[in-house]
Amino acid sequence: MGMGIFDYEFLRLLWWAVLGILLIGIAVMDGFDLGVAILLPIVGQTDMERRIVINTVGPVWEGNQVWLILGGGAIFAAWPPLYAVAFSGFYLAMLLLLCSLILRPVGFKFRSKVAAPAWRAVWDGALFLGGFVPALVYGVAFGNVLQGMPFRFDQTLRLTYEGSFWALFNPFALLCGLVSVAMLTMHGAAYLACKTAGDIRDRARRAGTLAGITLVVLFVFGGLWAARLDGYAITAFAGTEGPSNPLLKQVARVPGGLLMNYSAYPWMMAAPLLGLAGAATSVLLARLGRRPVLAFLASGLSVAGVIATAGCSLFPFLLPSSLVPKAGLTVWDASSSRLTLAIMAVVTAVLLPIVLAYTAWVYRVLRGTVTAEQINADEHTAY
Amino acid sequence: MDVVELSRLQFGLTAMYHFLFVPLTLGLSIILAIMESIYVTTGRTIWRDMVRFWGMLFGINFAMGVATGITLEFQFGTNWAYYSQYVGDVFGAPLAIEGLMAFFLEATFVGLFFFGWSRLTRVQHLIVTILMALGSNLSALWILIANAWMQNPIGAQFNVDTMRMEVTDFAAVVFNPVAQSKFVHTVSAGYVTGAMFVLSISAFYLLRGRHRGLAIRSMTVAASFGLASALSVVVLGDESGYTAGLNQRMKIAAIEAEWQTEPAPASFTVIGLPDVAARTTHYAVRVPWVLGLIATRSIDGEVAGIGNLVTEAEQRIRDGMIAYGALRDLHTHRGDPALLERFHAHAANLGYALLLKRYAPEVTDATDAQVKAAAWDTVPAVVPLFFSFRVMVGLGFWFIALFGLMFWRASVRQLERSRAVLWVCLYSLPLPWIAAELGWYVAEGGRQPWTIDGVLPTFLSVSGNAASDVMISLAAFVVFYSVLLVVELYLMVRTIRHGPDGFTMAPRGTLAHEGGA
Repeated sequence: MGMGIFDYEFLRLLWWAVLGILLIGIAVMDGFDLGVAILLPIVGQTDMERRIVINTVGPVWEGNQVWLILGGGAIFAAWPPLYAVAFSGFYLAMLLLLCSLILRPVGFKFRSKVAAPAWRAVWDGALFLGGFVPALVYGVAFGNVLQGMPFRFDQTLRLTYEGSFWALFNPFALLCGLVSVAMLTMHGAAYLACKTAGDIRDRARRAGTLAGITLVVLFVFGGLWAARLDGYAITAFAGTEGPSNPLLKQVARVPGGLLMNYSAYPWMMAAPLLGLAGAATSVLLARLGRRPVLAFLASGLSVAGVIATAGCSLFPFLLPSSLVPKAGLTVWDASSSRLTLAIMAVVTAVLLPIVLAYTAWVYRVLRGTVTAEQINADEHTAY
Repeated sequence: MDVVELSRLQFGLTAMYHFLFVPLTLGLSIILAIMESIYVTTGRTIWRDMVRFWGMLFGINFAMGVATGITLEFQFGTNWAYYSQYVGDVFGAPLAIEGLMAFFLEATFVGLFFFGWSRLTRVQHLIVTILMALGSNLSALWILIANAWMQNPIGAQFNVDTMRMEVTDFAAVVFNPVAQSKFVHTVSAGYVTGAMFVLSISAFYLLRGRHRGLAIRSMTVAASFGLASALSVVVLGDESGYTAGLNQRMKIAAIEAEWQTEPAPASFTVIGLPDVAARTTHYAVRVPWVLGLIATRSIDGEVAGIGNLVTEAEQRIRDGMIAYGALRDLHTHRGDPALLERFHAHAANLGYALLLKRYAPEVTDATDAQVKAAAWDTVPAVVPLFFSFRVMVGLGFWFIALFGLMFWRASVRQLERSRAVLWVCLYSLPLPWIAAELGWYVAEGGRQPWTIDGVLPTFLSVSGNAASDVMISLAAFVVFYSVLLVVELYLMVRTIRHGPDGFTMAPRGTLAHEGGA
């Protein structure tokens, strides 16, 4: 059978790509909000400076957070077993993520409604946690997915997960968590450099430089470490158009094989190289103090490269099982039905460009830097 | 409590908590669009000041709705993993479309609603407000399409290779008749909530003699919008009864505590005391014909009673056991044509056989007594449903009466005539929330013992988490959410007490004659 638009194989590859795009969308769009929240206590020294920092993301964080909601919904719709295993397996980590994410909207809304310094200090702390904890948890989650998670299925595809909460915070996963924090801090700093002026911008650039360099060092170190970790390979399966039942295949564990895709498909090296080159460019532009928008785009490309690196390393796996390797979820046996994938592809092709268009319009309307004068003039609406 | 009960409690609490904010968002967003339309067409700045003031309260509420909504989406995966695996192919799509079509719209424009006043023309800003309201209402549409599929699972069938439900007819899922009536009923209830919010707070200002211009205009909008919405909730609530008559007969029988099928047309029990043990309703006050008319839209259609439906469930369980046996044998004889044929002949009742899992792990070995017990499990909790429904309906009629009165008073410009009526308006503030939460309970509690009606029992839908993990998360949510609710109410009350002063942008010509805070 040829590769038509609505072939099951093609739809599965398409949704693998869409999954990557959505994860990158979360990290690029919602990620700079998280980075800005992490930087809040560092780059904002006075109350007014902190209000300026908060108001750079004030009008846009709600829309940005929808990337996360859409990411969850799209995984549910296109990769139901992945949704089931990842979300229930990371149970308490998800709780941590949810609680810290909830701090953010209420922090933005409530902080500046009351003038008492103690009230504002509490919410500044809450906002920092609302940025730092999600950034860390995202990275830790990727670190665990790369190593495989301890789960199995019975014949009715009922899932059993045998890991613990604390085991999620293993050394490699923590390293991935730090990569994520450094990456999103760099990205948030690049955003702040576009939206602020004076002292705040100078501090943001210094913090961004440091975060970018940290990212490069940790990412390279993580790559060297990952080269020693085990990978998984399918040895027999029901084909790329087979039914979505993970138990219909055989899988072998490959010692030291996590990065074997890069020797099989050398073009995949583009992903980690983009991650490094984007970060280097962003740092360079920040040092020169020029072209803030270009520096932001470069850091966005770096984010995309880092996330694509994880996806390329795993392919065709989405989530390997370290407990029963054949239960691992792959692109070929963990998707929705062909009909659902096709319908969702059409819906996404129609709606996503519209979303991108009006989002771009909103950012255009809000262009320019945030200043103390604007906040004073709009005392009751500004955060 | 086991992991099933804990997970249900957690989902119920977080959903009801989330639903404190959703109806107000739905209603206020439309009211803001109405007020701003009047501002743009008349050019009178008091209407813009009204949009900015009510918008402030809208914003506090909206942030809480966004914050607590993510919990719900994630919970399907964290706590209901088997559910997600079993029906994600059908149920996930409307959720994803909700994000793409609705959440982006409301969340992207809500920022511009607050921060765009000085950057946009009047008409542009009005369009932003309208798009924000449209996004809120579209999100209700898609989540209710997903929910309606849990109530009336059409357009899908079980796939033996993937061991899950898969979409066969997406249009049937989207145009589910239950979804349409639920959507209109739910958004109307949201509009009633928004209207009551504006009505009550305006009454508060009139009682205090503050902000008269803003309060009277707001009250006029709230009374007319509220009356139309209250009528729509009740009329289209009846529409929900109609579809339930076809698809969820057990739910309606439980709501009515109709223990045995009555001769058509069935009478409606206004009030009484259902007795589950004796399977009868004491002290029942009945109105002849009404239930038959509502539920079947005819005078000769029967409304099935609980006992009769249990007998039907028992037959379906026995039939489903054949499908279950065939499915089990297919694991060892993959693709065997005779087994496949037997499975498909009985597949419609597979879900009923799964009810036996609680009593007999090997379903096909279940005894007669176990089948009977499982059949009685299909009856939801009659007593709370019976009373919740009646309180909800009573409140629905109260809203029509109150908004009707205020609409009349607004028409003859006598909104301030009676302080007593203004006090009644003020104290009616919590009632729409009570009605909405009870309505949610009737819809979802009445769905038990199923997550997907007739397809997947609730007790099978959970994740394999340890009960202790769910206890930790439940405790965390209770503590965390309580603190947030206190903070939220504090800010709401503070903003209301402060009043609209300071939300104006231009010189306050139109407000100058009014008293300050």
